[in-house]
Amino acid sequence: MGLENQIFESLPDIITVKLDAVINWARKSSLWPATFGLACCAIEMMNSVSARNDLSRFGAETFRASPRQADVMIVSGRVSRKMAPVLRRIYDQMPEPKWVISMGACATSGGVFDNYAIVQGVDKVVPVDIYIPGCPPRPEMLVHAIMMLQEKIMNESVKDRHDTFEKESRESIVPGTLPVTEGTQLEAKSKNAENKPYTVPSRHEKRRSS
Amino acid sequence: MTDTKVLHEFVEKLKAEEDAWIEDVVDSYGEVTIYVPRESIVDVCWVLKKKHGFDMLADLCGVDRGPEEDPRFEVNYHLFSTIHYNRLRLKVLLTEDDPKVKTVTTVWKTANWHERETYDLFGIFFDNHPDLRRILLPSDFDGHALRKDYPLRGYEPYSLN
Repeated sequence: MGLENQIFESLPDIITVKLDAVINWARKSSLWPATFGLACCAIEMMNSVSARNDLSRFGAETFRASPRQADVMIVSGRVSRKMAPVLRRIYDQMPEPKWVISMGACATSGGVFDNYAIVQGVDKVVPVDIYIPGCPPRPEMLVHAIMMLQEKIMNESVKDRHDTFEKESRESIVPGTLPVTEGTQLEAKSKNAENKPYTVPSRHEKRRSS
Repeated sequence: MTDTKVLHEFVEKLKAEEDAWIEDVVDSYGEVTIYVPRESIVDVCWVLKKKHGFDMLADLCGVDRGPEEDPRFEVNYHLFSTIHYNRLRLKVLLTEDDPKVKTVTTVWKTANWHERETYDLFGIFFDNHPDLRRILLPSDFDGHALRKDYPLRGYEPYSLN
């Protein structure tokens, strides 16, 4: 007699729960970060999935090489002004639901790099859910941040998270900072470049403005 | 100290070619630097490459000697010969009002990106450069970051805010 058989016998056929609770539980138990390292914090980020710290105990070890398959972006390191539009584009390519962890002093506030080349806090480019202090933070702190993010996810509602409508995202342009390239024809045609600093306004940005 | 006799021979050969090409010669730490008037830098490079075997441009960089100096800017050309293994440095002095010099991309192709970098960070213009635009800083950057009077935090406001 296995465990399944006992559960099968003891549980009823139908259970009534809140939809949010089930979906959030599923989401928080399988966070897939994007493989995106910017500086020395990335070394700690790699270490946090290694054997000693083993982030997979909390369901967040599956680093995906494509942002299309990821739902957590760990900004691990200082963001240069030239990197900012690239970072924003990666964020925009991630499907909802998506969360951002700002890892370390540089990503959070610019850190010691208070100069013309570094963005003074990644929250000027993307909305951030969790900030981690430290230079660099220990892997334990990143694990703790993931756990805090899981707590946060449990308090969210499914209605909060949805992708931007197609028309809206088509009309918006690539982030306000600096063009990665000369720009596509689609972006050149865009009329409302002025009042849309971000490509796709995420849930956080909408909530912040309202 | 390295013997620079062989390098001075190149200077003499250049002088024999055209006397006005050499403004000044500095010999220190076993290295020889020739100050060249900016009108003739391309000619000097051609002669050094074709006749004297300096076939490699090891580096091309700008120098800001400070806003109080006149002339304010330098462009340094570090030449190397893969044939007789000698190094030679050329310097062009440029004033702040007119920081322009002819490109040497016609002599060495590798000067292209070096000159773009010098333009990017010092604001020195290279006439007849095939593609003179920023290479390191973002394309909408304001100012030239390695100038001595450039503020550390850059000019505000930057478009990120």
